[in-house]
Amino acid sequence: MKKHALASAVVFLLLGAAAYGALFVAPTEKTMGTIQRIFYLHVSSAWTGLTAFFICFLANLMYVWRRKPRWDWVAVSAAEVGLVFTTVVLVTGPIWAHPVWGIWWTWDARLTSTFVLWLLYNSYLLLRTLVDEPDRRALFSALFGIFAFIDVPLVFGSIRWWRTQHPQPVVMGGSGSGLEPTMWYVLLFSWGAMLSLMALLVRARFEFEAVRGETDLVRREAEGV
Amino acid sequence: MKNLNSVFAAYLAAWGIFFAYYISIARRTAALREEIERLKNSLNRAK
Repeated sequence: MKKHALASAVVFLLLGAAAYGALFVAPTEKTMGTIQRIFYLHVSSAWTGLTAFFICFLANLMYVWRRKPRWDWVAVSAAEVGLVFTTVVLVTGPIWAHPVWGIWWTWDARLTSTFVLWLLYNSYLLLRTLVDEPDRRALFSALFGIFAFIDVPLVFGSIRWWRTQHPQPVVMGGSGSGLEPTMWYVLLFSWGAMLSLMALLVRARFEFEAVRGETDLVRREAEGV
Repeated sequence: MKNLNSVFAAYLAAWGIFFAYYISIARRTAALREEIERLKNSLNRAK
């Protein structure tokens, strides 16, 4: 319990430092001005969400291969946490877009593929509520989770392959892309802070899933008495 | 400092979402732990 509280405090401090870096350390961007500071929150959340979905994808593959419940628990934990980060992306994006584009939302390739990603992982969680038997639930959702991950490369490539309202990539983009060094440091620090938050949330969610597994066992035992 | 309100709104929304999710996991886990205790007690009484 003490360890958990300490980890939470460290993550909280990292998030505070990341916010400080974004608001006070990073230089003001010339074209957009102050509103561009949402970038550090928005992009780091997006990268972290995609990382969580990648962990979910690997755990789903491992479940299909090994059929150990622990892999299912990792997968559902990472999926739910990835969904939370993607929700933050879908909320902070329009807040940033409105003053810059003059609209809250547009159905371009990046925004649409991100929204579809959000829907897919919501469906993944919904699917799990529809199957009662634990092994079948784990297998169905693992197969669906592997399919859902197909959208992740689409989200990544959307701003590289198609013309979009969303800005072109600053990382692994074409010539002329990139960031001023201080902006880079703040972005990477923000991503590190978000990853630590992701680890904390996945761990807590995994613990919940483990307790649920134990509850199911005790419940079955109680019903059998 | 044009649009500073929007920047704060974005940070507030993000932190709010993360905090609400963290609390929801803690509450769900606590509720399950209570259920386990209740089930174990009823099992012990049945035995």
